[in-house]
Amino acid sequence: MDPAQVLETLKHGAVPTAWYLALSAVLFVIGVAGFILRRNIITVFMCIELMLNAVNLSFIAFAHEHKQVAGHLFTFFVMVVAAAEAAVGLAIILTVFRNRSTLNIDEIESLKN
Amino acid sequence: MDPLFFLLFAFIAVACGVNVVLQKHPISSALSLVAVMASLAVLYLLQGAEFIAMAQMIVYAGAIMVLFIFVIMLLNAGTEETKGRSWMALIFGVPAIIGLLGSLAYFMQTGMPKLGEVKFGDWKGGGAYEVGYALFTQYLLPFEVTSVLILIAIVGAIVLARKELD
Repeated sequence: MDPAQVLETLKHGAVPTAWYLALSAVLFVIGVAGFILRRNIITVFMCIELMLNAVNLSFIAFAHEHKQVAGHLFTFFVMVVAAAEAAVGLAIILTVFRNRSTLNIDEIESLKN
Repeated sequence: MDPLFFLLFAFIAVACGVNVVLQKHPISSALSLVAVMASLAVLYLLQGAEFIAMAQMIVYAGAIMVLFIFVIMLLNAGTEETKGRSWMALIFGVPAIIGLLGSLAYFMQTGMPKLGEVKFGDWKGGGAYEVGYALFTQYLLPFEVTSVLILIAIVGAIVLARKELD
């Protein structure tokens, strides 16, 4: 996308749907990067939430694109599942910390080999 | 006006998203994530998703992040240790991330069909009435199944956090 086109969009006063999708892709990749590179289990969990949010943005952008409310409902269900996942995941983190006294995912390796 | 709002809140979202990954202390990451979610709520509102924007603020930025911050404070989680970490994640992860970003950029440049534009207020199908109507007619079964899921999650969380497992 060349700068002249961007300037034209700024004058026009409407945002292309592709920009929302690009933002969603960037946020998703940031989430993946944190998921792979970070060692703290809570931060890894927060990066998963970041990825879920990026996908939600795509759903909302496509719902607007097709003028259908189904995308909003999918986003709603993703939120509900994320809430359930956060409750169970944080309980698992609590249990792991109680038994191992560590949050470093490199040291939690019982399932290795 | 719309593109300015989009660019402002997209910049906040990306900057705080990078901050989530870069901060060493979990509580700083959590607060950055709250900022990401709040700016995403504004972006939802720009696209006419009023109900989802409010749900994002209440459920995500409110409930879920408070849960995270509770657990961080309960565990007294300190800064991340950097010594003794495995380098496999860096060796394989960084090329994978660059490849993912590159392929996403490539397909968005070449394979994307012609998409429309978003202007604030041009579609009013995302209010509480429309979402609620669809939720209780066409999507009633998934909604009811969701209640069972949440019940299971509550019971599971209590069982996991209650006593020490070995």
